[in-house]
Order: sequence, then C-alpha cells, then structure tokens
Amino acid sequence: MAVLLLADVNDGHLATDQVAKTLAAVKGLGEVHLLVAGQGGDAAAADAARLEGVSKVLFAGDHAYCHGLAEPTAALVVSLAGGYEHICGAATAFNKNVLPRVAALLDVMVLTDVTAVVDASTFERPIYAGNAVQTVKTADAKKVFTVRTANFTAVGAGGSAPVEAISGPADGSLSKWLEDKVATSDRPELTSAKIVVSGGRGLGSEENFAMIEKLADKLGAAVGASRAAVDSGYAPNDWQVGQTGKVVAPNLYVAIGISGAIQHLAGMKDSKVIVAINKDEEAPIFQVADYGLVADLFTAVPELTGKL
Amino acid sequence: MKVLVPVKRVIDYNVKVRVKADGSGVDLANVKMSMNPFDEIAVEEAIRLKEKGLATEVVVVSIGVKQAQETLRNALAMGADRAILIEATADVHQDIEPLAVAKLLAAVVKEEGPGLVLCGKQAIDNDLNATGQMLAALLGWAQGTFVSEVALDGDAAKVTREVDGGLQQISVKLPAVLTVDLRLNEPRYASLPNIMKAKAKPLATKTPADYGVDVSPRLTVIKTAEPAGRKAGVKVGSVDELIAKLKDEAGVI
Ligand SMILES: Cc1cc2nc3c(=O)[nH]c(=O)nc-3n(C[C@H](O)[C@H](O)[C@H](O)COP(=O)(O)OP(=O)(O)OC[C@H]3O[C@@H](n4cnc5c(N)ncnc54)[C@H](O)[C@@H]3O)c2cc1C
Ligand SMILES: Nc1ncnc2c1ncn2[C@@H]1O[C@H](COP(=O)(O)O)[C@@H](O)[C@H]1O
Repeated sequence: MAVLLLADVNDGHLATDQVAKTLAAVKGLGEVHLLVAGQGGDAAAADAARLEGVSKVLFAGDHAYCHGLAEPTAALVVSLAGGYEHICGAATAFNKNVLPRVAALLDVMVLTDVTAVVDASTFERPIYAGNAVQTVKTADAKKVFTVRTANFTAVGAGGSAPVEAISGPADGSLSKWLEDKVATSDRPELTSAKIVVSGGRGLGSEENFAMIEKLADKLGAAVGASRAAVDSGYAPNDWQVGQTGKVVAPNLYVAIGISGAIQHLAGMKDSKVIVAINKDEEAPIFQVADYGLVADLFTAVPELTGKL
Repeated sequence: MKVLVPVKRVIDYNVKVRVKADGSGVDLANVKMSMNPFDEIAVEEAIRLKEKGLATEVVVVSIGVKQAQETLRNALAMGADRAILIEATADVHQDIEPLAVAKLLAAVVKEEGPGLVLCGKQAIDNDLNATGQMLAALLGWAQGTFVSEVALDGDAAKVTREVDGGLQQISVKLPAVLTVDLRLNEPRYASLPNIMKAKAKPLATKTPADYGVDVSPRLTVIKTAEPAGRKAGVKVGSVDELIAKLKDEAGVI
C-alpha cells in the first residue's frame, strides 16, 4: 500500500526542503502521494509534483485547510486514510500538531521524530533528549509518524507527478485563525542552513545578540539560540535549538556563550563540525566541540567577524 | 469552570540518563523523579486562572505507577485542589503510551466535565509530544498546541502558539485541550505550609479497569541504544588558529 505524506505549506509556498528530506526517508516504503492542503496552494502543489519519488499530488484547495488548523486538516487526512498504510510528514510544528490527532482518530499510536525507517513497521527515534535511541516496532495496521529531517538528504526536483484536485470534510467551526507573527529574513532557514551560529545567555542582552547576527551574516549562516537566550528576550522563540526547539545538523555549528546543557545538545549534536566559544573552560559544550576557543566572546566574536 | 491538568512523573531533567547495558531500556531504578517540567507550567497556568476567578477548581491527574502520588501531591502543594491517580502499572520501566493515556483522560473528562484541559507540550522522557492532540481528537474538541499565551474570551480561548516561523494566534472553541510551551509562565515553588496542607487534599486512586480502558501497548521496544558519541575535539589558542582550522582542516568555511 502507498504512503501519504502531508506536505508543509507556509504562506502558499511549499516547504520544499522539509518535504524533500521526508521523501528521502520514506521512499523505500512504497509509492508516495503528497497531500497539499489549503486555498491558494496551487503553486505549492505544482512544486510538490516536481519532487523526485512522488507518484501523485493530492491538492485540497478548500479555505478551511489554510493556516494548518488541526481539526479540519486532521479530518481531511483521516478521510483519505483508507488507501494508505503509512501516513507521515516532516517533524515540523504543523505536523506535530496535526498527525497525533490523525493517529488518535484512527485509533493507532503515533511515532514522532523518527530518525530512521528500518522496515514497514519498525522505526528508530530518540528519547530522553537524545540520550538514547529506541528501535520500536508497531503492531498498528496504519503507521502514523513524523520524520526528523536533519539527517536526511533531500531528493531532487526532476519529477513530474500528476496533480489531482480533491475535497474533503472542511468543518472550520472548532478553531479560527487570527494572526501569524512571522518575521521574514534573508537568512537561510535554520533547519536547512549549511552553517548555524547560535548565541546563549552569555550574550547578556538583546543588543549584544546583534553580534551573533553579524557573524552569521558574514558566514551566510542561520541564527540559532539557547532556551535561556530566548527566555531572556535576546532572540525570538523560533530560533531556539534543542530538545523542545529545532533540531539542526549543519556542516558547521558555532555555539557562542552557550554552556551546553543536554537539552541544547539534543538539537545540535549531529552537526558535522561544532565550534564553541565560551570563557569557562569547564563548560560542557567543549565535550562535543571539534574546536573550542576559551575566550571572552565580547572580544573573540568581533575579532572573528572582522577577520573572516 | 473546572480545569483538568494531566501531570506525568518523569526522570528529573537534571539527571544524567543511563542506557542499560543489555539494550533493554533506560535505568530508572533509584534515580530522582520529578513532575514533567511542562506539566508544572500547565499546573501554574491553571492555578493562575483560578486566582483570577476564571476557574473554579483545578483537578490534576496522573497515570502510571503508584509513586506518581508524589507528583500529584506536588501539584496539590502548588495549589491544585484535587488529584486522581490512575494506577496503570507496577513497573517503573513501563511507559503508558499516549494513546492509552488519552483514552483514560477522555474518560476522566467525561466524568469531571472540565471546560479546559491543560497538558504539557511533551513529556521529557519519551519526547512524544502527542497526548494533548490525541485527547482533543478523542473528545472531538478543538486543540491549541505549544501555547505561550492564553486569554479566555467567553466561550473561546485566544491562544498564541510557538510555531516554526514565529508565533501564530488562533481562537479555539471551549471546551478545548491546550498544550503548554516553555514561555507560558514561570511555575511557582510550593511553600512549606502549602506542602503540609497538600497532604490533606483529596487524592482518589483508580485503575484503567474503572474506566474500561485497555492500556496494552501498541509499540514493542526492540532495542534501546546509546547514541553515537562524538570524538573529543581540540582547543584552539586564538581566533586566527580557529579560522585556519575551519578553512584548512575542516573545510567548512
Ligand atoms: C523541559 C526543558 C526543555 C528545555 N529545552 C531546551 C531547548 O530546547 N534548548 C535549549 O537550549 N535549552 C533548553 N532547556 C534549557 C537548558 O536546560 C539550559 O538551561 C539552557 O540551554 C542554558 O542556556 P545557555 O547555555 O545559553 O545559558 P547558561 O547555561 O547560563 O550558559 C551561559 C554560558 O555563557 C558563558 N559566558 C558567559 N559570559 C561569557 C562571555 N563574556 N564570553 C564567553 N562565554 C560567556 C558561560 O560560561 C556559560 O557557559 C530546556 C530545559 C528544560 C527543563
Ligand atoms: N502518564 C501520564 N500521566 C499524566 N499525564 C500524562 C501522561 N503522559 C502524558 N501526559 C500528559 O501529556 C503531555 C504530553 O506527553 P507526551 O505526549 O507523552 O509527550 C504531558 O506533558 C502530560 O501533560
């Protein structure tokens, strides 16, 4: 039986990187159908149709599916579920909201943040902030799961799948979208960036945090932050890297003024090369850093930015 | 309006987790256990609603081993009014799956009739992030997940959600299930007098059979392994040396 992959669409645009990496993770399970939902998603559906390994795009263009509201979106997925053994999506805020709801409606368990698909019913996923990796086999007939995309390489865009318009239940009476407060930036997206520069409590203030952004811009990098930096208001919530924030695995991760709590490491320890700048030589971040610089960030960071 | 808060007993977030050598799981014998940090935030929010006169009663529920009593007493000491313990297993290593937890919570909701359920966003042991969404599904209710702000507004709640691109504001019809994120509030510590008072607050003990719910797992854990470690790196002496290493040795800039 086929795989139904719920695609992320943000503001009418396909989240291509997330979807293409999820495709890479699940393509061994069978024919993959992509579900694109939301009014005005025509362009996203067309982009989805070009991804390699997609055999069909289902496009549900009802207004009720806009803004990723969980109740109508889950009802739509459930209405299609009969034809699929696997129902999945990238482990994004959107799918983490919708897919557990889908699973419960189907009376099956959900597996979130899957890092490897072993076979049709066996999956690997991290637990305890990544301190352990579990291999689990599900007895459910339908498998509902989200994929942690950081460790997969995106499929290419040389395909040409048909797009089929569909409709489904579209009751929008339970919740209403009011507003998105989304900052747009020219920087690469955190979860797909090749380089990430992150700042922590060590920065001391929102003004000082600009130092991190300057270095990131010099490197063409995305900006990340520790929970402490976000809680203190130095950085917005969507920059948080860690157990309960975003999981990244760039070629280069630079941690500045971050101690290296296990909850932070959970979000970045699979990066290829890790650099840490911290004035405390005992900071746990140095245990995972390939290159550690024990220094005051207020002198080291401007110097680094200047010399690059 | 009654508010229901499910609280889970989990390994304390400061404890270094150890995977058992035989790959059968994580060692939970004699380690410090605490209330799931997100659930403390949920309890705090419920108590604040009561303090503002928006909630009439705060009921906390925990599902698991009998020691989860301690977690419930902790919530009572923070200010919850009443607790329900559903003893679902005697084995500290058995995690009751979110689907089963959601079914039990749905049964409790039917009995108690709360106007709002405040769950944590995720349990820091299994990291599943699923129970609140599953409960909302089983009840046919609206859900507001990963919330960092809640404002009750008649028969709806206006919530701010932490999403990938920033924040999203939605309005959910009540009754609803909300799952709380880190920045919703800072939970209070229980004072000594309140810890004493909590001992006298009602705590009912139930079993899954009382609710007619089958909690047998759908998942079989085949193996629990340590993640691949990183090999120790080097300390560099200067910014110049760092740049040279990144360029010549690692080739990442
Ligand atoms: C349920 C739960 C979930 C969590 N989820 C996350 C998560 O997703 N992501 C996350 O990051 N955290 C998370 N945390 C928080 C985590 O436990 C740590 O509290 C947090 O990561 C610490 O952030 P930090 O390293 O910036 O701050 P600190 O631990 O305070 O470290 C600051 C560092 O800056 C250094 N420093 C200070 N001044 C300078 C200077 N002038 N020059 C150089 N270095 C300097 C210090 O030596 C120190 O090492 C979570 C916690 C809980 C309980
Ligand atoms: N065994 C349990 N007892 C009480 N509440 C639970 C239990 N398991 C999960 N929850 C609630 O559901 C939330 C999310 O847990 P999870 O879906 O396991 O990540 C937790 O923060 C709790 O509020």
